[in-house]
Amino acid sequence: MTASNSVSATPWSDTDGQKPLVELRGVTKKFGDVTAVDNIDLDIYAGELFCLLGGSGCGKSTLLRMLAGFESLNSGSIKIDGVDMSDVPAYDRPTNMMFQSYALFPHMSVAKNIAFGLQQDRVPKNDIADRVQDILKLVELQDYGKRKPSQLSGGQRQRVALARALVKQPKLLLLDEPLAALDKKLRKHTQFELANIQEKVGVTFVVVTHDQEEAMTLSSRMAVMDAGRLQQIGTPTEVYEFPESRFVADFIGSANIFEGRVTEDGADHVRVQTDVCDVFIDHGQSVKEGGKIWVALRPEKIHITKSDTPVTGENQVSGVVDDIGYLGETSIYKILLPNDQIIDVTAPNQTRPMNRQHLITWEDKVNISWEPSSAMLLTS
Amino acid sequence: MQANRSRFLTIMLTLGLAFFYVPMILLVIYSFNYSKIVPVWGGWSLRWYRELFESAEVWSAVTLSLQIAFVNATFATMLGLLAGLAMVRFGRFRGRTLFGGMIVAPLVMPEVITGLSLLVFFISLNQLTGWPAERGFTTITIAHITFSMAYVAVTIQARLTGMGEDLEEAAADLGARPLKVLTAITIPRLTPALISGWLLAFTLSLDDLVIASFVTGPGSNTLPILIFSRIRTGLRPDINALATIVILVISICVAIAAILMFRQQRAEMRDQKMAEGADE
Repeated sequence: MTASNSVSATPWSDTDGQKPLVELRGVTKKFGDVTAVDNIDLDIYAGELFCLLGGSGCGKSTLLRMLAGFESLNSGSIKIDGVDMSDVPAYDRPTNMMFQSYALFPHMSVAKNIAFGLQQDRVPKNDIADRVQDILKLVELQDYGKRKPSQLSGGQRQRVALARALVKQPKLLLLDEPLAALDKKLRKHTQFELANIQEKVGVTFVVVTHDQEEAMTLSSRMAVMDAGRLQQIGTPTEVYEFPESRFVADFIGSANIFEGRVTEDGADHVRVQTDVCDVFIDHGQSVKEGGKIWVALRPEKIHITKSDTPVTGENQVSGVVDDIGYLGETSIYKILLPNDQIIDVTAPNQTRPMNRQHLITWEDKVNISWEPSSAMLLTS
Repeated sequence: MQANRSRFLTIMLTLGLAFFYVPMILLVIYSFNYSKIVPVWGGWSLRWYRELFESAEVWSAVTLSLQIAFVNATFATMLGLLAGLAMVRFGRFRGRTLFGGMIVAPLVMPEVITGLSLLVFFISLNQLTGWPAERGFTTITIAHITFSMAYVAVTIQARLTGMGEDLEEAAADLGARPLKVLTAITIPRLTPALISGWLLAFTLSLDDLVIASFVTGPGSNTLPILIFSRIRTGLRPDINALATIVILVISICVAIAAILMFRQQRAEMRDQKMAEGADE
């Protein structure tokens, strides 16, 4: 990738280029004794689809509500497009929000719901009608303007809520669990649709979600939150493949984590001794020799083969299949290792079991191994 | 065994219903009694209804009661709305707990105490400022507003709490200023609660005997005061006729409410079918 390319595609990595659209500095919110949001610094750039990912009660929704202007800050500052937001009430902010409950006005038709925001800005009547029609077309509901929200299905309500938030062309669109109320099939479809719409309208999105798959699919960058703090910020690939802590490694996807000690710290490799086996990593990392460390292995990065001859050595170990979860496209194998630890391995089911008997089954002896680049080292 | 049980239940139900409704049915029947002495049957007649309509005293009592009830209901609803909004939507403010307690206090205060204290208040106010010069329409209305706004406030409070703040936040987020949010979102959403609050305040006022007796003055008889004072001289057939009319009016109101509710339910069911049919 050339340098000029990276300016537009990944503004966050360009240190002296674009100014961030949203700047959070030391943002803190307390409810009584509970610190919901704890000293957060964050930059979000124009055109991003930024996901705040975390479990319930991690402070992600509070952070979103602070951006919208529904919650005040105990300390810190929020700037949007260079303007400090501390004295700007919700109704004057260049943000719009899509609520988890959609919050459609039940006593107004779909078209009136969408027109409401434009009316507050005193947009001329003819323009309002045109813009409402355009946005309804964008969300594929052009024939539903006269209906009441109660006459729509869940998916249609979700699209009306999106249209209502988008029609004012805000600088920043805040989405609180936008897909949580949809059933699984519709959710998957809508994920891609949402990303397409974002690309089409070019508005910066900040999405709050507890669903890591959703965050991975949607976002240009994501932030993992826990206990009011940002644990890690990065692209989905960065966060998944290069987690910075055990929390992130375990929260995003799943990971087999075992403790070890660094025995060799070379410029181009690291060797770690663990209870399971010696782990060799074929690239240098900033770790302390002799120091305590954790090794994390993604279940899908482990190869599994059926074998009666046990192996020992680097990046490989023998075990017995303790349990199998058959998911259709993949299977999860729980492998019992000689040291009584259980390790998760997922493998795609690439062949069809013609005699209804899978290749690897319960109590089978297996060898597992992984590439020298696969193991992730975590210091916290 | 099963048959015994169901017979027992039927008897209990019949007795219960009879306990409620036989007195009213008797009252209605006796209102058509020609005889001047209530328990003596003198044949069917509309005599007492005619006398009732010709009685200026009754008409003025009815008019006064309706006027008081109307003004009371309107003011109580407005004040109750403001009190409810302050309790639920203004967050924590100094004295909120005290305010909340004072809103519900009139609900548990004995009417005699409320009536007496208001009377003392009006008399001292009169001595200090010369107003109110005489007790009647104004004093009764003020007295009724003080206690019926408490009922409205509680109704509104419950509804507001149940509604959640999402819709109002959404309106603010779309650029609506607080006053616009109130008129465009909160009040339309509260309409059912406001209507039932208004009706409640209206009936409370129409119904009140004790408080009105304390704060009324000579010549200002509300309907309950009139009925009560007439009954003191013995049962009278024209009062039966009056009571029958009241029962009729209330029955009509209840029937209308039931029809409206049924229609709304049907509309909701239709909406739901539309929503299901609309699904991709």
